Amino acid sequence: MILTATLGLPMLGALVLAVSRRWTESTARLFAVGVSLLPVLLLAWTWLQFDTQGALFQFVEEVPWVTSLGMAYRLGVDGIALAIATMSALVFAASIAYPMNTQNQPRQYYAWMLFLQSVSLGVFLALDLLLFYVFFDLSLVGMFFLIGRWGHGQAQQSAFKFFLYTFCGSLLLLLAFIGLYLSVEPHTFDMRVLIEQQPLAGAGVVAGLIFLALMLGFAIKTPIVPVHTWLPQAHVDAPGPASAVLAGVLLKMGTYGILRIPYSMMGEIFARYALIIALFAVVSILYGALVAFGQRSLKRRIAYTSINHMGYTVLGIAVAGALFQDAEYAREMALVGATVEMVAHGLITGALFLICGSFWQRTEEYDLDSYGGLLRQAPLLATFAILASFASLGLPGLAGFVAEFHIFAGTFAVYPWLAVIGVLGILITAALFLQMLQKLFFGAMPQRWAKFDDLRSTEWGVLGVLSAGFVIIGIAPQFLLTLIEASATLLVGAR
Amino acid sequence: MPIGDVWPEISLTLGAVIIVLFSAFTRQQQHVWAAVLALFTIGLCVGLTFAQWDGPPRLTFSGVWALDGVALSSKLVVLFAGALVVAMSPEWMRTDRRHGEYYALVLFALLGVIMMASASDTMELVLGVLLSSVASYPLAAYHRGWAPALEAGMKYFLVGALTNTLLTIGVVVLFGLTGNTGYPDIAQRLMEGYDSLALTIATASIVLGLTFKLAAFPAHAWMPDVAQGSPAPVAAFLTVIPKIGAAVALARFVSILPPDVAWRAIVAMISVTTMTLGNVAALRQTDVRRLLGWSSVSQSGYALMAVVVMGASEQALSALVFFLASYAIANLAAFAVVTHLRGRTALDDYQGLARKVPIAATILIASLLSLVGIPPLIGFFGKFMLFSVTIEGGYTWLAFVAAANTVVSLFYYLRIVAPMMFSGSRTTVHVLMGQWARTTMVVAGLLLIVGGLGAETLMIFTDSIRFAL
Repeated sequence: MILTATLGLPMLGALVLAVSRRWTESTARLFAVGVSLLPVLLLAWTWLQFDTQGALFQFVEEVPWVTSLGMAYRLGVDGIALAIATMSALVFAASIAYPMNTQNQPRQYYAWMLFLQSVSLGVFLALDLLLFYVFFDLSLVGMFFLIGRWGHGQAQQSAFKFFLYTFCGSLLLLLAFIGLYLSVEPHTFDMRVLIEQQPLAGAGVVAGLIFLALMLGFAIKTPIVPVHTWLPQAHVDAPGPASAVLAGVLLKMGTYGILRIPYSMMGEIFARYALIIALFAVVSILYGALVAFGQRSLKRRIAYTSINHMGYTVLGIAVAGALFQDAEYAREMALVGATVEMVAHGLITGALFLICGSFWQRTEEYDLDSYGGLLRQAPLLATFAILASFASLGLPGLAGFVAEFHIFAGTFAVYPWLAVIGVLGILITAALFLQMLQKLFFGAMPQRWAKFDDLRSTEWGVLGVLSAGFVIIGIAPQFLLTLIEASATLLVGAR
Repeated sequence: MPIGDVWPEISLTLGAVIIVLFSAFTRQQQHVWAAVLALFTIGLCVGLTFAQWDGPPRLTFSGVWALDGVALSSKLVVLFAGALVVAMSPEWMRTDRRHGEYYALVLFALLGVIMMASASDTMELVLGVLLSSVASYPLAAYHRGWAPALEAGMKYFLVGALTNTLLTIGVVVLFGLTGNTGYPDIAQRLMEGYDSLALTIATASIVLGLTFKLAAFPAHAWMPDVAQGSPAPVAAFLTVIPKIGAAVALARFVSILPPDVAWRAIVAMISVTTMTLGNVAALRQTDVRRLLGWSSVSQSGYALMAVVVMGASEQALSALVFFLASYAIANLAAFAVVTHLRGRTALDDYQGLARKVPIAATILIASLLSLVGIPPLIGFFGKFMLFSVTIEGGYTWLAFVAAANTVVSLFYYLRIVAPMMFSGSRTTVHVLMGQWARTTMVVAGLLLIVGGLGAETLMIFTDSIRFAL
C-alpha cells in the first residue's frame, strides 16, 4: 500500500487542484508543496524499512488489471529504484516549492506538477512493463503542457519537438515490450518473471532487434549522442522548475530503463554489445562536455552538461553489463557508481536549473557575457551556484565525486582505455564550470544589474535542501551505498 | 426460418417506421421525442442482442446470417455508437423542418451497417452496403440549403455509386465462378479449384467496394468532405459507424478465400497506404473537422492491420473489434465536442478554448490523445492490441510502419491541442443550448477514461471471438 500511496497522493492532489475553483495562488501553492512532500516522507520511511539482505524486489503490490493482456498493477522497489525514486520525489518537492510566475493559472500549474510527480514516481516504482509504459508516456504529456504553457521563447515549438521526439522513442519501447511479452510463456509483462527467465537468451535476430529498439528508445530519453537534439531546446524554453524536473527526473527514466529492462532482462545480449554502448557513452561524455563549453547561454550550457553526466551513467551501466569473468567487484562498483550518478545528477542539476530559473525571473537573460561581478550583489545566489557547480564538476567531498570515482574505478578494471578517454570529460567539465562561474560572478558588474536582488528566503531554503542532499552524499555516502549495493550485488550476479 | 434470430434487426426496423409515422403526425417542436424513441429502440435492440449472446457461433436463415461473437460484439459497438450519435443530435437538428425523420434515417443506416457485419452471404452483404449507403446519402446532405453540405453529399454519393457498382460486379463474378452466394458454399467450391483471373477480379472488386465504407484507400476521397461539410452529428456517424461494419465484412470475406490468393499482402498494402496517406494529408489541415476526417482515414489503415494477420494470430479478431470500439468512442467524443461547440471548425477559432470552456476542451484533448494511443485512455489498449497481434502474426514491419505513422499523427493532433491550451482566447464561445450534446460529450469523455481503466471488463465481449464458419 505504501507505494500506491506514494504515487496516488500526488495524483489525488492534482485532481483536487484541477477541480477547486476558488483557491488563491498562495493556497494552491501551499497545498501543492504539502502534497508533494508526502511521497518524500513515504519513500524515506520505505528506505528505513528496506531489508538490504532480502529479495531483490520488496514492498511488492500486485492487483490484476487487464489480465487478458498479461498486464497487472504491479509495484515494487529494489535499492536502485528506491534511491532514484526518493531523489525524484525530493526534486519535485523542491521544484514545486520554488517561486514561479504561474501567469495567473496557479491551480493548473501546480496540478500539472503534481500529476507529473505522480507519474514519474510511477515509472520508477512499476514492476510491470506495460504499467511502466503507461507512466512513461504520461510523463511526456505532463511535460508537454508544462513547457508549452509556462515556457518562454519558442515554448510551443519546443514542447512539440520534445513530445514528438521522445514519443518516437516510447513507441519503439512499446514494440520492444510487445516482443518481450510474446517471448515468454505464458505471456506476461511481469518484470520479475522476465528478469528471472531471461527469455530472449540465444534467440538470434529477433532478440537483437528487440534489444536495438529498447536501447534506441531509452537512448532518446537519456539522451545519448546522436539522439540528444531535442534536449537543449526543450531545456532553454522550459520554465526553471520544469527544467529542473526534466533534467533531474525525466532523464533518469532513460538510464533507469536501460538498467531495469535491457540490462536486467537480456543480460547475455547486453554483454555482447556492452562495448558498443560504452563507446557511445564515452562519445556522449566528451561531446556533451565540449559542446557545453562552447555555449554562451547559461541554460544551454547546463543542459549540455546533462548529456555529459548521463554519459557517465550509461558508461557505468555498460561496464556493469560486460560479462568479464573475475571482474564482478569492478562491475558492481560501476553499477553502484551509475546509480549514485543518477541520484547526484538529479540533485545537483536540479539545483543548477532552479538557479537558472532565478536568473530568468530577475533578468530574462541567459547570455553569460552580459553578466559579471554578481558575487557582491547576490552573495547567497553565488554561494549556491558555486557549490552546485563544484559538485557537478566532481569535486571530492561532494556527491558527483563519489559517483564518478565509482564509475571510473569500475571502468578501469574492464575497459581501461575507455576510462582514460572518459576522464578527459571531467577535465573539460571543470573548465566549463569554472569559466561559467567566472563570467557570472567575478569581474566588473555591468550597470544594468545594479538592482539585481539576492535570493529570497524560499529560494535559498529550497536550494539549501538540495545542496544538503549532495553534500551529505559527498561526505557520508554510506547510507546510500549500502542500499544500492544490496541490489547491485544481486544484479551483477555476485550473490 | 427462425425469426427469433433477427429480433434485434426487426426491432430497429419497427422503431424506424414508428419514428417516420410519429414525425409525420406531430409538430416540429415535439420531434425531440423522436430522439427518445430512437434511443429506446436502440436500447431494446441492445437488450435483444445480449439475449443472443450465450449461443454457440452459428449461421442462420439458410446460412446467410451469422450469429457469432464477431457479429454480436460489433453489433453492440455499432448500437452504442449509434446511441451516442442520436443523443448528440437533438439540439443541432432542432431548427430543421425534418428533424424527426433524421432519427429514422440513422436507424436505417445502423441496420445496414449491422447487416454488413453479420452477412455471411454476398447478396446479404450487397444489401447491407446499399441500405447503409442509401440511408447515409441524405444524412450527409441533410442541410440541403447549404452548399458545402450538398457538395459533401454529392461526393459521397458519386464515390459510393461507383464502388457499390464494383461491389455488385464482384459479387456477380464470384457467383459465376462458384454458383453460390453463401460464404460456406463459396469457400467449399474455391477449395476444389478456381479460375484465378476471375477470382482476382471478383476479390479486387469486392475489396474495393468495401474500402468505400471503410474510407480506406482508394475510395477514401469522400471522407474529409463529409467530415467538414455534413452536419456535425452526421459527420460523427459517418466517420465511425460504417467503418465498423465494413471492417468486419472485409475480414469475413477474406477469411473464405483460398490461402494462395495473396489477400494478406493486398490488405497490408491497402493498410499502409491508407494510414500514411491519411496522416500526411492531415498534417497541414487548418480545419478541425477536415483534419478529423483525414485522421479517420488513417485510423482505417490501422484497423486493417488486424485483418492482415487474421488466422495468423489468435486474437486478431478480438483486436479488430476492440480497436474499432476504442476508435468509435474517441472519435465520437471529439465530434460530440465539435457539435457542442456548434460545429466550430476553423483551427484558429480553437485558440484559448481551454479557458473559456474547460470541460469541452479537456474532453477534446483526451479524445485526441486517445486517438494517438496515449495510455491509460481506451485508445491505447486498442492500438496496443493491434500492435501485439500484428507482431505475433509475423508482420513486425507493419507494426513499425504503424508506429511511425502514430508519431506523425501525434503532430497534427497536437496542432489542435496547442492553440486550445497555450493561446489566449479572442472571441466569445457559443455553445449549443440544452443538455443533450453536453451530456453526450461528457459521457463519451468519461468512457475514454473509464473504458481504459476498465478495459478488462470490455474485453469480455471481444475475448476469443471467432467466425461461425
